[in-house]
Amino acid sequence: MQNNTLEYVLRLGDSSIIIGHRLSQLCGHGPILEEDIATTNIALDFIGLGTNLLDYAANLQGNGATADTLAFMRGERHYKNLLITELPNGDFAFTTVRQFLFDVYQLYLYEGLTHSTDERLRNIALKSYKEIQYHVRHTAAWMLRLGDGTAESHERMQNALNELWAYTGEFFAADAVDVELLNNGIAPDLSAVHTQWLTHVTDIITQATLIVPTSTFAHTGSREGKHSEHLGFLLAEMQYLPRMYPDAKW
Amino acid sequence: MTENQWPVWEVFIQATPGIPHKHAGSVHATDAEMALQNARDLYGRRNEGINMWVVPATAITASTPEDQGSFFDPANDKPYRHPTFYKIPDGVKYL
Repeated sequence: MQNNTLEYVLRLGDSSIIIGHRLSQLCGHGPILEEDIATTNIALDFIGLGTNLLDYAANLQGNGATADTLAFMRGERHYKNLLITELPNGDFAFTTVRQFLFDVYQLYLYEGLTHSTDERLRNIALKSYKEIQYHVRHTAAWMLRLGDGTAESHERMQNALNELWAYTGEFFAADAVDVELLNNGIAPDLSAVHTQWLTHVTDIITQATLIVPTSTFAHTGSREGKHSEHLGFLLAEMQYLPRMYPDAKW
Repeated sequence: MTENQWPVWEVFIQATPGIPHKHAGSVHATDAEMALQNARDLYGRRNEGINMWVVPATAITASTPEDQGSFFDPANDKPYRHPTFYKIPDGVKYL
């Protein structure tokens, strides 16, 4: 039971840390100064949420684990982040669509977690929920602007959507851990989250004059620690400093 | 250069209920929603307030430096326009 909670919290924390790190790579590369700052703000929100979750995971794990050892001393086979979070940023359309699909997922997942029977998880969700609402507002506005923009922006957005759609099935692919935590009232029902997510993204995608992909193929594996080739490179960059200089301090 | 820049919006923030919005700075944005979001990210990061306005900079009509004399100097010798000659009743706060 405790092990399954640990596993679940790690998955949530890893997804947040990895997408936060991925987004932080755009710092200094935003299309304009204002968007650069917005993107970096959002990256910090994800890293903050990830830190809170890994703190909790370290607590559940014991044996001297800390949020830092979990973030910096695990290799990719031990990372449980969703595959979509590790995908390279690509062009701005790809980043926008990736963030949008993930943000709306987080919105309904964390809305559910604000009712969790696990007090610490509930408090973490309550703290982050407002930030997540803003992320959705920000990326949805870009979906509309670029989807219903020029011929080129429309095409890039549709291409990104078609490619990224195959990574959304994994959001809802519940395994034994998800089922047990659902039964204990700790985690929300992923099939309900799926329904809410699909309604929401369909509405925005349609408004953006884009087409909702019909393919149901899904890349999966993150729940077992199976990742794309991209995660290793990301971790190498993220973990280099604390592994090379374990005593480094700010 | 200027033709590559998005329009400028002026940002005003209200710090607490009941007090006037105060100019905080400006942002570039293509539309009002983007201006509001950019303002939030640039000027709302440190608990600055409870409400925010964005106004297209082009919608603001400003007096010119040449106007300064005719606009403001005539007030110089009219100190009675300041409320300092009145005794404030004890019960009045925040004046």
